[in-house]
Amino acid sequence: MKPDDILRVAEREAEKQRAYKSRINVCCSSGCLPFGALQVLKAFESAIKEYGLEGECKVSRTGCIGTCSVGPVALIEPGGFLYQNITPENAKEIVKRHIISGEPVKELLYANEAFFKKQYRLVLRNAGRIDPLRIEEYIMVGGYSALIKCLTKMTPKEVIDEVIASGLRGRGGAGFPTGQKWNFVAREKATPKYVIANLDEGDPGVFANRTLAEADPHAIIEGMTIAAYAVGAEKGYIYVRAEYPLAVQTLREALKQAKSMNLVGENILETQFNFDIELRMGAGAFVAGEETGILASIEGRRATPRPRPPYPATSGLWGKPTLIQNVETLANVPLIILNGGNWFAKIGTPKCTGTKCFSLTGKVNNPGLIEVPMGITLREIVFEIGGGVPAGRKFKAVLVGGPSGGCLPESALDLPIDYESLTKAGAIMGSGGIVVIDDESCMVDTAWFFTDFCVDESCGKCVPCRVGLLKMRNILERIMRGEGRLEDLDLLQELGEYVRDVSLCGLGQTAPNPILTTLRYFRDEYIAHIVDKKCPAGKCFRLEAEI
Amino acid sequence: MSGTGVVKLKIDGVEVTANEGETILSAAKRAGIKIPALCYLDGLSSYGGCRLCIVEVKGSPRLFPACTTPVSNGMEVTTDSPKLRKYRKMTIELLLSEKPHICAICIANGNCELQDLAREFGVDHLRVEREWKSQKIDLSHSFLVLDNNRCILCTRCLRVCDEIEGVHALDIKMRGKDSQIIIDIDDDWGSSISCTSCRKCARVCPVGAIYVRDEPISRTKNKDIAQFILLRRRR
Amino acid sequence: MSREKRINFATVWLSGCSGCHMSFLDQDELLIDLSQKINLVYSPLTDVKVFPDDVDVTIVEGAIGNVEQMELLKKVRERTKILIAIGDCAITGNVPAMRNIINNSPEEVLKRAYVETADKNPIIPTEVPKLLRRVLPLNEVIKVDYYIPGCPPPASLINYVLTEVLAGRTPVMEGKAKYG
Ligand SMILES: Cc1cc2nc3c(=O)[nH]c(=O)nc-3n(C[C@H](O)[C@H](O)[C@H](O)COP(=O)(O)O)c2cc1C
Ligand code: SF4
Ligand code: SF4
Ligand code: FES
Repeated sequence: MKPDDILRVAEREAEKQRAYKSRINVCCSSGCLPFGALQVLKAFESAIKEYGLEGECKVSRTGCIGTCSVGPVALIEPGGFLYQNITPENAKEIVKRHIISGEPVKELLYANEAFFKKQYRLVLRNAGRIDPLRIEEYIMVGGYSALIKCLTKMTPKEVIDEVIASGLRGRGGAGFPTGQKWNFVAREKATPKYVIANLDEGDPGVFANRTLAEADPHAIIEGMTIAAYAVGAEKGYIYVRAEYPLAVQTLREALKQAKSMNLVGENILETQFNFDIELRMGAGAFVAGEETGILASIEGRRATPRPRPPYPATSGLWGKPTLIQNVETLANVPLIILNGGNWFAKIGTPKCTGTKCFSLTGKVNNPGLIEVPMGITLREIVFEIGGGVPAGRKFKAVLVGGPSGGCLPESALDLPIDYESLTKAGAIMGSGGIVVIDDESCMVDTAWFFTDFCVDESCGKCVPCRVGLLKMRNILERIMRGEGRLEDLDLLQELGEYVRDVSLCGLGQTAPNPILTTLRYFRDEYIAHIVDKKCPAGKCFRLEAEI
Repeated sequence: MSGTGVVKLKIDGVEVTANEGETILSAAKRAGIKIPALCYLDGLSSYGGCRLCIVEVKGSPRLFPACTTPVSNGMEVTTDSPKLRKYRKMTIELLLSEKPHICAICIANGNCELQDLAREFGVDHLRVEREWKSQKIDLSHSFLVLDNNRCILCTRCLRVCDEIEGVHALDIKMRGKDSQIIIDIDDDWGSSISCTSCRKCARVCPVGAIYVRDEPISRTKNKDIAQFILLRRRR
Repeated sequence: MSREKRINFATVWLSGCSGCHMSFLDQDELLIDLSQKINLVYSPLTDVKVFPDDVDVTIVEGAIGNVEQMELLKKVRERTKILIAIGDCAITGNVPAMRNIINNSPEEVLKRAYVETADKNPIIPTEVPKLLRRVLPLNEVIKVDYYIPGCPPPASLINYVLTEVLAGRTPVMEGKAKYG
């Protein structure tokens, strides 16, 4: 296929879609499936058939719109009507009243407009709006035109310059400037070069990358292919955890379609550019998402990190230059190419451009997957988008950055979200997990929970993480049993700084965050456990005294 | 980074010339500066796990393991500071607390690198509680013994077996705090089909985790064995 | 020197083999110097039954294995200005703490020691003080001021630490402290 053929695909698809007066997008993502999304999809389809509307209304299986807690959901276009908690029974009702009579079923509509008001959907632009299993729909909404632009009008250097101008930074956690990383790989002479898309997403309670892959797999594939063109890579791997069967299946199908349209593979769009993509499944260790862990895993070894330097950019897969990028980072790339780096740089804050997807969970009224501009405050996320904590409870803290994030108190809520201010407050961007904690929770117990997760996930290679974290967890357990001593707080602090500074990889380097931040912001709770032998939230002292 | 160039750097204020691609540890050693190291062993690949060899590099807030970090031109390295001492001491304390190290009944008493480091750094007590979990002791081999209760997971044995003996009879199972050294696919050593009984693992084990039964450990241990064989092979 | 006020000095023996006390005695002629500076107010070497008040320096050998020892140690700490843990048992638990490996349970330990491995009369004794669930080093129970590791610590190290402490200085342990 040539670029023109792709444009023709878009036209043909648009024509086909125009034939429909309306469209029912049923979310069939991992969030809605357990609630019976497939039955709802079937119910819509048979209702449409029953009423003989096949030619007028298209029922489509799509990805997630973000309101996972009220699933199954469906979005009806035109008008963007979002229905919640749909059952096979009321699906028929919706068809009858909304599609046939043109009167939206008010009582079934998602009423919470605040959830979407402050969001800004770039990465999730197509999520819930197109059928991820049909490449034609992606192409219709402008998909792969950025790749065409790169291949036909831009040199690799121009592509990199555009990404540099955008100010895009890695969404996998560390926030390293993406364009700069591309430059590092591009200037390496060794070949072959590789691109890895990181979809390991091992943090518990985080599902943004999974959602992206399930809803818009081609955005990842296109971003990856553009990256490969920019750095001169000829082979790519999407590293996805095996516990994401739907994401795996969606990506596999998407790759097949992209290959069949010559958008991936040899002589892409009849140019000289070759880039093949392979799916690789990870067995689900958190540490396998760390970039050198991925390298080991793809090479067929234990997913154990190794010290850097050398960085993967110089010595990655099989010692060759390798670009590793989070899938959310990559999904931004086509937009940057199409609209220009300067356009992108205006979104968010000057140092931290664009948007970020967050998985908002915990004690909050509207949990779900959200995408917000960088620089938004935590208060806006928790209280406006999230709708605050459920009635009768009080906000206590918010854990930002997944299991190795920081627990921030009320006073930190007005922080603008960007890599630097989060780090300064003791949290991290991480993979974008936000857990809201209310006054029913004990902060010592909360710190224990996340530390325990990291103890279990430590690969065990380096002493600080393997032993230091374990000791920190054990000290917390002692405090929770009522056997703590005041000196323990200093020891926890010292151990925490040691594990942070001395650990080999990011897991150990960030794992002390929950303890260090709760010591910093909720010290009084520790003291209550130690001095008064009391758990203010009434959670601890369940274990019997040891001596 | 082809490893052909020569770079100049400063280690503890001393000008040092080193080969491109060489590690800080090796450059320092040649300059007569000793950096504590435990998982590192001459002749084996670097592992970077024990973190004893961490050093400060001017201009970076991070600490770098000297055994894996390549030198670069103009680099200024500090190998000793109150902070580094404090951290190294903590590492030794943690290693001693991870397993029931009871020197008084250990075959390696007096010939143990961990014990020596504890002495060097003045680790005269442990601030963290000890683990008292018992792990597997493999006595099935006719003369080699593996006692996981003393293993510090430095992987010297794995590496010498893989890289020098070329057998890879040893590996690690599980992860994190549950990591253990195993023979083949967690077989008894006595029934291992790959182990050649060359005893190199016992020679390089820094502690008393792998040893030769009924042999004084001072006779078993030989830290130079890997490097010696490597040099012989190159000739 | 000898005209100075003597300090009250005590030695305590908990779960240990008394090797540390032997090593203490191994200071040989240096003991004569030491004896000029101290009043030995409590020790297995004397016949004093109650740990006195106002002790300046106490050295404690052995880990804490039973309730009686726990009580004594707490009393010792209350009545002592400077408490020194001497030997690996006091510092890490050492050999007495090996029983911690057995399922962390005193009943199992007693069964193993007095029944399973008994050649004759397999009976669990009733007259021994109640065992703690785990044998503990001193610093997991009380504040310890100085440590003299070793199994046993060499007499020279004991002498060095005592000399420094009696002179009001902090002993430097780098390069000296050897477990085992
Ligand atoms: C323990 C650990 C787990 C990680 N897991 C992931 C992950 O699941 N997905 C991801 O993109 N990055 C993960 N990272 C970050 C990667 O190491 C790497 O920085 C990232 O993939 C680079 O891509 P980016 O620049 O686009 O963010 C993890 C890092 C650590 C230390
Ligand atoms: S920090 Fe933890 S996960 Fe990372 S290498 Fe060390 S032990 Fe492994
Ligand atoms: S057995 Fe010895 S050489 Fe092998 S990992 Fe353990 S401590 Fe290291
Ligand atoms: S010697 Fe460098 S990390 Fe162990």
